[in-house]
Amino acid sequence: MNPLDLLLEPLGYEFMTRALITTVIAAIVCAVLSCWLVLVGWSLMGDAVSHAVLPGVVLAYIIGAPFALGALIFGFLAVILIGVVRGTSRVKEDAAIGIVFTTLFALGLVLISVTPSQTDLNHIIFGNILGVSEADLVQIAVLGAIAFGVLVIKRRDLTLYAFDATHAHTIGISPKLLGALLLGMLALTAVVALQVVGVILVVAMLIIPGATAYLLTDRFGRMLVVAPTISAVCSVIGIYLSYYLDAASGAMVVLAQGAAFTLVYLFGPRHGLLGRQLVRARRRRATA
Amino acid sequence: MNAAAPAIETSGLIVRYGETLALDDVSIRVGTGRICGLVGMNGSGKSTLFKSIMGIVRPDNGQVLIHGRTPAAARKNGDLGYVPQSEDVDWSFPVSVRDVVMMGRYGHLGFTRRPRAADHAAVADALARVELTEFADRQIGQLSGGQKKRAFVARGIAQQASVLLMDEPFAGVDKRSEATIVRLLKELAADGTSILISTHDLHALPGLADESILLLRRVLVHGPTAEVLTPGNLALAFGFDVLERTEAGA
Repeated sequence: MNPLDLLLEPLGYEFMTRALITTVIAAIVCAVLSCWLVLVGWSLMGDAVSHAVLPGVVLAYIIGAPFALGALIFGFLAVILIGVVRGTSRVKEDAAIGIVFTTLFALGLVLISVTPSQTDLNHIIFGNILGVSEADLVQIAVLGAIAFGVLVIKRRDLTLYAFDATHAHTIGISPKLLGALLLGMLALTAVVALQVVGVILVVAMLIIPGATAYLLTDRFGRMLVVAPTISAVCSVIGIYLSYYLDAASGAMVVLAQGAAFTLVYLFGPRHGLLGRQLVRARRRRATA
Repeated sequence: MNAAAPAIETSGLIVRYGETLALDDVSIRVGTGRICGLVGMNGSGKSTLFKSIMGIVRPDNGQVLIHGRTPAAARKNGDLGYVPQSEDVDWSFPVSVRDVVMMGRYGHLGFTRRPRAADHAAVADALARVELTEFADRQIGQLSGGQKKRAFVARGIAQQASVLLMDEPFAGVDKRSEATIVRLLKELAADGTSILISTHDLHALPGLADESILLLRRVLVHGPTAEVLTPGNLALAFGFDVLERTEAGA
């Protein structure tokens, strides 16, 4: 079999084509968002919100409302609850986050288990890339496009918020609104990615690409290009590997992203472990 | 802008955090083009006063006026520039010096904050003013302590802020950079910028600040710097052991 056939063969199956398209969409949107999440220090919050949206999605399914609406409501509810628990008791923030998101996630699981539907619990938890329907694809594409568009249009404000929220406030730009915007995009993106990699692995797609790009460049503008590129390439690699190795697709995508991070962490020219040593050695030689 | 009104005016500010009284009846007036030192120990209310002026903390009583405007109106108008203390900045954030200075323009920009030619020109001017033109494309953390401070002053210049609030501007800054910053601030003040400098570091103030305020939840003294920074006054502001240490060292 020549290499081209290796690439083309899976595309002969419609479900594989759909899987590739949805995964790449989710990977790109998650990666763009992740650039801000890793800089604001919201990784744990990303984890929390991506779990906490579950009951919202299930309730939306039950009453026939858009999934995104349910996710947004529960995403904000989770953050409000975390704030309330932290602010009005002696429990610290990490514990508050842990309590709120696991409880909401469990509520979602209970709701699924008592709701008669086609949805398999395992699909929500681990994702169901290969079972993405035409309608799912459309929904993912529309929500993904909205999140991507908003993030790109408001990128300068969001970066200002991430870098210096106090300055934003002093020039009349509300950090609270920008924080809420970022949070809303997080909830929306969680819905997009949930169907692809599942709740448990969403957080990987929301952190790893941004963290990888952060190790590669000192320019935020470049991060916004590097992160989605790496993420998209890893998704394609992950999907193909899962096809040929007959392994779990969502997990394979995340594994590919983890591998990319490891490579950059070790060999990244600027901030990589070995890259830094090389620079130091070169400097020593230059001064000697 | 009300030309007759002082650049910064607070009247009867009272701020409480729960049971703790952070500011007690603080009334200050800082005139246009003046450099004023705000001196007090940690916990004296310096940062609470800053936050009240910026409108981050809502006072329980009293009011703040910036050139006669409410803090909200002053913020909208871009009057207030802020130079944060070093600990409050993420120095590994992937932005260049130019990016940071451009953030001073954001209040003047439209919905997407896309800079126009005039904004690029304002940023270039501000960078030249603080002598950082050649470092404009460096990542912000790649600057020395003094250069970092000047980058944030440049952000205020690009913003055309008429009031500059500086938090511990001389912490982690070497002597030569300090002299550069002092010269720069005096130029800005001569051009009409009013500057409030919060610090517990006293040695730079006499050569810089026209006037100083000693704060210990309330205003202890406010006057010409030389008259304010006397051992007796400092003892009041910092507690008596400072006086003993100063005398032992002298």
